[in-house]
Amino acid sequence: MKNWIVIGATSAIAESVCRLWSVRGYNLYLVARNPEKLDAVSQDYRVRGAGSTYTFVMDVNSTESHQACWDNAVAAMGRVDGIFIAHGTLPDQQACEQSFDTALAEINTNALSVISLCTIAANELEKNGAGDIAVISSVAGDRGRQSNYVYGAAKGMVSLFLQGLRNRLFKSGVHVTTIKPGFIDTPMTTQFDKGGPLWATPDQVATGIVSAIDKKRNEAYLPWFWWGIMMIIKHIPEFIFKRLGL
Amino acid sequence: MTKPYVSWGRYPFQEQSGIDLHWMPHTLPASIGPFLPQGNARSYGDSCMLKEGTVLSTRFMRRFISFDTESGIMRCEAGVTLADILSVAEPQGWFLPVTPGTKFVTVGGAIANDVHGKNHHLEGTFGSHVLQFELLRSDGSTRVCSAQKNADWYAATIGGLGLTGFITWAEIKLKKVANSGINAENIKYQNLTEFFQLSEESEQEYEYTVAWVDCLASGSKLGRGHFTRGNHARPVQPSPSRKGLPLSMPIDPPVSLVNSLSLQAFNWLYYNRQLDRVSYQTMHYDPFFYPLDHIHNWNRMYGPSGFLQYQCVIPMQHSEAAITELLQRIGQANYGSFLAVLKVFGDVPSPALLSFPRPGTTLALDFPYKGNKTMQLFNQLDDVVVQAGGALYPAKDAHMKAEHFQSFYPNAKKLEQFKDPEITSSFWQRVMESTS
Repeated sequence: MKNWIVIGATSAIAESVCRLWSVRGYNLYLVARNPEKLDAVSQDYRVRGAGSTYTFVMDVNSTESHQACWDNAVAAMGRVDGIFIAHGTLPDQQACEQSFDTALAEINTNALSVISLCTIAANELEKNGAGDIAVISSVAGDRGRQSNYVYGAAKGMVSLFLQGLRNRLFKSGVHVTTIKPGFIDTPMTTQFDKGGPLWATPDQVATGIVSAIDKKRNEAYLPWFWWGIMMIIKHIPEFIFKRLGL
Repeated sequence: MTKPYVSWGRYPFQEQSGIDLHWMPHTLPASIGPFLPQGNARSYGDSCMLKEGTVLSTRFMRRFISFDTESGIMRCEAGVTLADILSVAEPQGWFLPVTPGTKFVTVGGAIANDVHGKNHHLEGTFGSHVLQFELLRSDGSTRVCSAQKNADWYAATIGGLGLTGFITWAEIKLKKVANSGINAENIKYQNLTEFFQLSEESEQEYEYTVAWVDCLASGSKLGRGHFTRGNHARPVQPSPSRKGLPLSMPIDPPVSLVNSLSLQAFNWLYYNRQLDRVSYQTMHYDPFFYPLDHIHNWNRMYGPSGFLQYQCVIPMQHSEAAITELLQRIGQANYGSFLAVLKVFGDVPSPALLSFPRPGTTLALDFPYKGNKTMQLFNQLDDVVVQAGGALYPAKDAHMKAEHFQSFYPNAKKLEQFKDPEITSSFWQRVMESTS
């Protein structure tokens, strides 16, 4: 039985992960913006076998409430074994190019809120000398591309931050897992035509996430073949890359 | 985004748009033109499709709302699949009261098609076990429907092919089981007469009965096959475990793998797979109820042209004669498939206004789509069904004639009073709107 905090608990990927954890009887502390949706997922996990479920309504961009969120989770569950950070938005790249305010808002949501949460989690778990921090970054953070470099930059910041954090926390027994999904059929990607072999379902990715956390993997590309795709994309020389329409 | 959608039979191809609803809606999307609620699109033909319209998919509405492990009453969102229910309920000693041959259908779809299973002779249809559900209409109104409350809407929506509104959640009554095992008996039988004898003698003692038919056998062997009957295992028996990894049909073969050669070989081998007349086995419920679910995307084996299923029911007094005639016509065409199923329905009434199962014998067969050849054979089969006073199953249909549908389902006109003005389906347009 484990006690997990799940940020962005009503996202499709978090839901699929929590369903798998529910079967194992985990206690879940669920954090999201919309109380009605939180109640819906919380009921679902209880029927599926979760131990206790708790809900906490929070906008991740209110970084001033992050400490209270953690403290409440500790008060509710007694101990926190891990935090799974799964919230995110997919920015409109063109809107971000036109307006710095839009770009900043996206970077706040996708990067800075994660860094705030990880800072608290790292310090608290370090004191306990054990625990897991698992964060959904993205393959988009591996290289900047014209089609979504604001999102990519935010996810890149998260990936780099987590690398450093993993390095720092290693000696204290706290493990950090960076999850890098490719294309997933979720509400976040509604505007895409989702045919083709590159698209995965939230359930497929969730199985990979749960297994990566179990095995204390450092970085997990999901599905696995994205590791190969990103190896190629990362190694294309910049003088060629800048000419591509990616 | 408009793209060609297909149903399970992959015939017909029809351009339509899709919207995924991720949460139980309070209102339906406005001004999108005609639409149709859709579950997992496991209906075979066009009853889950809407050409040039929009399907509202519930495939992401997969949340449980409550489960009382004392009474077995479960409430869930409409997109929860029967597989989801089994994974949660069976380990706690509860089972589906009625299940079709695939567990990959949603609760909403099971209600809309009033699906049936191997225990129809004792338990009736899925709809008989639905306690209540919420129906959301395009005008924004909601109704909680049960046998007591909004009973007319309850009856119209069960078996209502999704046309009466959008089911947001439903509550069903599960049945108690001791464990995951089924005591199954497989009896190799010689001909149609023996099938009817076996059905009759098994009706009382066996909860589940069904037969696989060798659709190519003729003459004195016509209708031969394997009769399967079973009951849930008793508490003292150990729970058998599920065996084997799921298989998958990963690609579309360029042509159908089902042809007269492969069909003859398969049917001969399958019929003769057991040497003894009777074999007994305690097995996990999964291979007993869902042998085909083990092969993901098995529908692809029919190639890019897809396939159609022909499922009819024939009243008992004409069953033997009409099914003999149907099998003869199929045999003469030397055209059929591995999947031919016979079952005798019972007389448990369904609450539904439009329900396919009725007392009699049902025959279901898959046919790879071959254009005119398919339609000519189906027309010949239709003649037999109509003459015998039988009916065809909308959930499996892509060919039924409008006049036939209206005579098989005299309540169809009544259903129109409950039909949501914004909702329709390719099936409904074909069998109702083309004549009115």
